[in-house]
Amino acid sequence: MGARLVGAQVQRLEDPRLLTGKGQYVDDIVLPGMVQAAFVRSTHAHARIVSIDTTAARAMPGVRGVFTLNDLGPAVARDRMPQTAPSPAIRRSVTQYVLARDEVCYVGEAVVMVVADTRHQAEDAAARVLIDYDVLPAVVDCRAALTGQTAAHHGAADNLAARLSVGFGDIEAAFRTAPHRVTLTLDQHRGVAHSMEGRAVLAAQDAVSGKLTVWSATQSPYMVRRFLARVLGIDEQDLRVIAPDVGGGFGPKAVFYPEEAALAAAAVKLGRPVKWAEDRKEHFVSTTNQRDQHWQMDVAFDDTGKIHGIRGHVQHDNGAYLPYGLILAATSLAPFPGAYALPALQMTLDVIYTNTTPTSPVRGAGRPNAIFAIERAVDRVADHLGLDPAEVRRANFVRADQFPYVTGMKARDGSPVAYDSGDYAACLDRALDMADAAGFPARRDAARAQGRYLGIGVASFIEDTGLGPFEGATVRVTPKGRVTVLTGAASQGQGHATTLAQVVADGLGVALTDVTVISADTERFSYGAGTIASRIAVTAGSSAHLAAAKVRDKVLRYASDKLEVAIGDLELNGGFVHVAGVPEMRISLGDVALALAGTVGQRVPSGLEPGLEATAYFESTATPHSSGSTVAEVEVDIETGAVTLLNHVIVHDCGKVIHPGIVDGQITGGAVHGIGNALFEDMLYDAEGQPVSTNFGEYLLPTATEMPPIRIGHLETLSPLNPLGVKGAGESGTIPAIPAVVRAVENALAPFGVQINRYPLNPERVVNLIDASRGKT
Amino acid sequence: MDDIRHIALTVNGQPVECDTPVRLHLGDFLRGILGLTGTHLGCEHGACGACTVLVDGEAVRSCLMLAVQANGRQITTIEGLADPDGTLHPLQQAFAEKHGLQCGYCTPGMLTSLAAFLRDTPDPTETQVRDAISGNLCRCTGYQPIVEAALLAAARMRQTEGVR
Ligand code: FES
Ligand code: FES
Repeated sequence: MGARLVGAQVQRLEDPRLLTGKGQYVDDIVLPGMVQAAFVRSTHAHARIVSIDTTAARAMPGVRGVFTLNDLGPAVARDRMPQTAPSPAIRRSVTQYVLARDEVCYVGEAVVMVVADTRHQAEDAAARVLIDYDVLPAVVDCRAALTGQTAAHHGAADNLAARLSVGFGDIEAAFRTAPHRVTLTLDQHRGVAHSMEGRAVLAAQDAVSGKLTVWSATQSPYMVRRFLARVLGIDEQDLRVIAPDVGGGFGPKAVFYPEEAALAAAAVKLGRPVKWAEDRKEHFVSTTNQRDQHWQMDVAFDDTGKIHGIRGHVQHDNGAYLPYGLILAATSLAPFPGAYALPALQMTLDVIYTNTTPTSPVRGAGRPNAIFAIERAVDRVADHLGLDPAEVRRANFVRADQFPYVTGMKARDGSPVAYDSGDYAACLDRALDMADAAGFPARRDAARAQGRYLGIGVASFIEDTGLGPFEGATVRVTPKGRVTVLTGAASQGQGHATTLAQVVADGLGVALTDVTVISADTERFSYGAGTIASRIAVTAGSSAHLAAAKVRDKVLRYASDKLEVAIGDLELNGGFVHVAGVPEMRISLGDVALALAGTVGQRVPSGLEPGLEATAYFESTATPHSSGSTVAEVEVDIETGAVTLLNHVIVHDCGKVIHPGIVDGQITGGAVHGIGNALFEDMLYDAEGQPVSTNFGEYLLPTATEMPPIRIGHLETLSPLNPLGVKGAGESGTIPAIPAVVRAVENALAPFGVQINRYPLNPERVVNLIDASRGKT
Repeated sequence: MDDIRHIALTVNGQPVECDTPVRLHLGDFLRGILGLTGTHLGCEHGACGACTVLVDGEAVRSCLMLAVQANGRQITTIEGLADPDGTLHPLQQAFAEKHGLQCGYCTPGMLTSLAAFLRDTPDPTETQVRDAISGNLCRCTGYQPIVEAALLAAARMRQTEGVR
């Protein structure tokens, strides 16, 4: 029996509920006696807390409790939050307290929690908390943070959290021998994640068992369980963490947050369920985001455009604390050398504390930054030599016959990075073809004749996906013949229930609708890591496949014994195991499950282990690399600076496509996120560290009207690194979007000789670029 | 502090009479007092459209309207969009087919906004559909599948209309 569902555009199992208003997001859950929390947050970027007066707040109607750090109990108050991603490369790890103790280091840091019967009452009372601050100087620009006198944390000697360095090959020789070089100075900015559902937490302790349950809109329920148990000083088995329906994640929901700990502590203290749902303003300032990186890079190359070496340095604005180790910073260098065979590399990156909201990965993490830098370098080389940028890409690509290609980089575990499979040139050619790049000069010239400016940009990329160690799955068949898949992998809209069901249904020869997927509940499945870094199809997908294969094997062995036929003569189909060619000689999977479920006093048949179920943990030890190319075409209004996107093509290789609609949905949504980064999204702070873009009027997200037609092509070179042949797809639309769009704008402004080294490209910046270059001539 | 007022309205075809604090916005009222949690709140400042419901047939942001202002009105939420027999609205069906949703958080507001729009504009262009949802933010889909779903639903609704 061949695959029937993997690869098919089936309707998602998630949708009937979500389309009719029956989703269950954290804020939809109501428990008896539940009360609501609100937080008082720092209004200063940096200050000492002189005193906190909660008297008036406590007297407000409906108030159940007002909590400063010490009110949360000695276990919670004892120490700062744990470092959730420890690494020997961290020079100085500073995390925040669950509630600020004596110092606040960014606007939005939680200082006091108020719990009341209703949210309105909690907010009213929060407004009555009096905090006396002694304002300290704030460091806001990370470039000044290393050289200046101001410390982001009072008393710290400097603001350097870590210095990362990657490299390979003989960089000195590369720069000595290559005939040409260019220098790039790039200012990159990626903004706030803005899942449409903010963070939300509900904590409740069972009065009888004492067990604490925390529902959280998180990407990482198992990480929350591990660290929350540590903060509360309780055993992990006394804590259950559930991620129910989650309204988008995009990275920041993978972090363990102070509010999760504060609510859990309050629920225990008050003996009542306590809920908090972040509002949008809080999301802007208290949910981790991504911000500025300043890149300096030298590129050495020859007459053909072949790059011999890249060296450079990055200054990375980390924000006030380091909640998630160096994950974001490391991913800003890890994608080197991109899609190219590069002989030599030397890059360093400084992770710098500032008095701004802490950072952590947002869709793509540092990968869009790294690929932007690499692709800008390639464009610069092309411009320098007067070559077609696509030609320079072809001259440098890792060729299809070079896989597995060992890049020279080291993975997070120290092992050598190898690209597993792909055809980078084929992706580029197909993308150029789909975008009718050959017809572009004619389109451009026709437009120019009408005084309009069109531009085209190309970007190629790789993405490391399927990050280890594992995500597991249990496959279980019930006596009714229904199949349950249990996994730790949390979903925030990616459609994992559907894709895992496709994989398992194929493995067992059952209908998709016979499969139920239960996920992200630490009580239902033992271990999990988190939904980050485009890893779930690779890890959980492979585990589901392997677990289904084990169940299938059990079915075959049982049936072979029972029907007295060789295993090779049996098939699984339509919920039955039957003799090939003799469909009436069959046993239903439900009957196999019943037989293996055991009957008192009888031996389990066929010498099998009890129960028709199996668990697998596929360990992803090597990294499947997705790849592809994007072509963007834009029109720039040189008077207003407005950029109109005309066309956006992505040709993508994520290996085997399990569900075309889901993969295309990931890529389209990711591309729009990248376009938002390229053109609109700007999280701004003033010189005192006050955030000045804290609503959707000041911070612009892409809307339906600005988006171009997005067309996607697929190449399927299977990954040899997992049984499904898949590679991740969750961030592949985002990663190449910024360099492609920026290049397209630059290309449109070629008549003015404009060079673009900074995004987002809002209209004001575009007009300034044009004016500056006009002034020059 | 919480002034209370008695209101009577119709929600998803059912008459509702109850007390509400006067400062409660309609979104909180529907979610918190009536338990209709299908209406989502994404910004509470009128910018994301997630909270959109139909008030006397018009698409309205329920975070920008007080519950007391709904007195005497007909409200339709996502829970009332399908036929009473469970048959999905053509938009709901088309969203499922075209993968017009991922996390589902913006979805109720998209569906209610588009339901009102297609009633008034049964044969829209793609640009008109994009304009119609320009006040609805979605971070997951990139909008394109939503637009495709709306056009598919419009075509089907015109056909059924023609048959009648
Ligand atoms: S919640 Fe009403 S518009 Fe965003
Ligand atoms: S589907 Fe997630 S915000 Fe639209």
